Amino acid sequence: MIPKSGNRFSDKIMLKQEDRAVENLRGFGMKKILTSLALVGLVAAGIGAAGTWAMAAEEAHNAAAPTHFPINEPKEMSWSFTGPFGTYDKAQLQRGLKVYKEVCSACHSMNLVAFRTLSDLGYSDAQIKTLSAEYTIHDGPNDAGDMFDRPGKPSDYFPAPFANEEAAAASNGGAAPPDMSLLAKARGVERGFPQFVFDIFTQYDAGGPDYIHSLLTGYDETPPAGMVIPEGTHYNPYFMSGVSLKMPKPLSDGQVTYDDGSPQTVDQYSRDVATFLMWAAEPHMEDRKKTGFRVLVFLLLFGALVYLTKRKVWEGVAH
Amino acid sequence: MSEGHSTYTPKTGIERWFDARMPLPRLVYDSFVAYPVPRNLNYAWTFGGILAIMLVSQILTGIVLAMHYTADVNLAFGSVEKIMRDVNSGWLLRYLHSNGASFFFVAVYIHIFRGLYYGSYKAPRELLWILGCIIYLLMMATGFMGYVLPWGQMSFWGATVITGFFSAIPLVGDWIQQLLLGGFAVDNPTLNRFFALHYLLPFMIAGVVVLHVWALHVVGQNNPTGIEIKSKTDTVAFTPYATIKDAFGMIVFLFFFAYFVFYLPNYLGHPDNYIVANPLKTPAHIVPEWYFLPFYAILRAITFNVGPINSKLGGVLCMFGAIVMLFLVPWLDTSKVRSAVYRPWYKLFFWLFVADAILLGWLGSQPAEGSYVFMAQMATLFYFAFFLIALPVLGLIETPRRVPNSITEAVLEKNKGGGGHPIGATAAPETKG
Repeated sequence: MIPKSGNRFSDKIMLKQEDRAVENLRGFGMKKILTSLALVGLVAAGIGAAGTWAMAAEEAHNAAAPTHFPINEPKEMSWSFTGPFGTYDKAQLQRGLKVYKEVCSACHSMNLVAFRTLSDLGYSDAQIKTLSAEYTIHDGPNDAGDMFDRPGKPSDYFPAPFANEEAAAASNGGAAPPDMSLLAKARGVERGFPQFVFDIFTQYDAGGPDYIHSLLTGYDETPPAGMVIPEGTHYNPYFMSGVSLKMPKPLSDGQVTYDDGSPQTVDQYSRDVATFLMWAAEPHMEDRKKTGFRVLVFLLLFGALVYLTKRKVWEGVAH
Repeated sequence: MSEGHSTYTPKTGIERWFDARMPLPRLVYDSFVAYPVPRNLNYAWTFGGILAIMLVSQILTGIVLAMHYTADVNLAFGSVEKIMRDVNSGWLLRYLHSNGASFFFVAVYIHIFRGLYYGSYKAPRELLWILGCIIYLLMMATGFMGYVLPWGQMSFWGATVITGFFSAIPLVGDWIQQLLLGGFAVDNPTLNRFFALHYLLPFMIAGVVVLHVWALHVVGQNNPTGIEIKSKTDTVAFTPYATIKDAFGMIVFLFFFAYFVFYLPNYLGHPDNYIVANPLKTPAHIVPEWYFLPFYAILRAITFNVGPINSKLGGVLCMFGAIVMLFLVPWLDTSKVRSAVYRPWYKLFFWLFVADAILLGWLGSQPAEGSYVFMAQMATLFYFAFFLIALPVLGLIETPRRVPNSITEAVLEKNKGGGGHPIGATAAPETKG
């Protein structure tokens, strides 16, 4: 065994270290590695530049007849639930529920959310009982074989506004309004390169809420001159599948009454309902992030101990 | 290496009892304690162990998920949401499993590229390499079928597109496609057989892994110099040296894995898969899981007919051909030197190939239109040129650097260069204590 001076970081840079060690001996130094890397970089940069140029050429389109949607990227808002320590603001969730109940639920179902889970919003059992009893649930058959209506219970799910998808489509110009249970995870505008790389480090997980907020607040913009808006649809530059959508502007200032003094504006309603929908789609998010922090801290400490042990074991063994 | 004499001596009575009847303790001792490994293995060699724990993790989380999952087109999506909402820690199990598939592929790609860089496929390790390629193929089948199970929009349309490839095969194509689907379109029979196969394939992977490890223990591990083990000083015992190094590698890997599971669990998925499958509504862009994107780009790059081969069949042939290339690598590479460390030209082409694979992956995620098609065609051309031209030709024309006589010599030279020589010391300060 060859005594050695300790090899703390070299193993990490596995490929480089290997090259360097050998090449130092040959007297080549780093030159060759650098030349190779530069060549690779050049080729990659060339390909990248060609790609960017090609995309720019494709993007140069007529403003009145866009080919890529959404026309405007969603605005990135600041949310209480993003980041490693993100939590839902309970007051905001309650306001969001109010917006859903009074506005959205007229057309949009929320089939996967049970009343009992509203305890996450800070409601007591008694409040949830009262809240669920406000709904009429179609149930049955009973002993006589008949279907019947009864008041809702905490174990029930939000009832859908339409009997079936066909009825929903028929009442809404041919397209059924999507179920809202998972909407905040089922929508997201592609982030593109290099943004999607940065998103890993910033932990960007609000693509859905950003999109929902932008869409809800994006109805007031005027379409560019000459743009054809199909009959029965409404222009919205934030809509991800076309220039316009069937849903008319759903919210207006002062439409929903808040009793906690929050501003009664479309912007605030949109933030609140987007937060509520994020909760509906990902009810265990707080738990997930909290657990994650503990797991990462554990792995960090355990990793450090194992690393020190590894150094001790390999001490005096050249490798 | 197994031809070496076993050094196991049973110490306790119970060990002697077992050793005389079924020498399992001896096998474990010889394979995971006394087994000699090259002393110069770097952290790229920890991915074998990492892959083993990922397979175990996928099987364990998968079995529990299967207890709550319902393979029925009307119930599957809801049963997954039930897991996410109501099953105790169900969200954790599902995110571990779905992200686990991605990180399984991250690890396998690093493992494969490591093999390509250090020439780990060269004689006598051809069979070891091919067994690895079979595991990779099985992993792709398992990953694809697993993605169908949540029955979201991408599940359904991904399955429709991928099973559609088979109909391009002349004569038997339609028959194969119908056999896969259990009908004429993706429907309940498809979901049921995919679930059955998704449960079966991981155990087949485990079986081939046993063969892979067996073959490894016969030929021994390759190492960064690519020189065979020649004497006892070239090696260290598996335990504690490799075990502790592998353990550290695993923890670092698990750290990245956990980061995604807990903070970005849907980053690697597609939002459309949170919309229940709808056979009447095609998504704007059908994209497979990220780990298939390079092959998807190759498939779509073939937009032209070549003689009797139409573009669809051509694309399918190229896509499968891209995987076949891996199987042929041991015979395509003509170089007598294993490791890219001593092969300056191969090293350059290796990194170009890595860049090309990443470029293909990105192109696979973009719509197949405009200049993307041309870029994908060029990248596909380079992909095949790497295997069919660079590998055989480089071995013949390249002048490799001087290869040390033994692993020990290489290690000695490296440490002398790093610690003794003043210029070397500044060039590699991290090798100093």
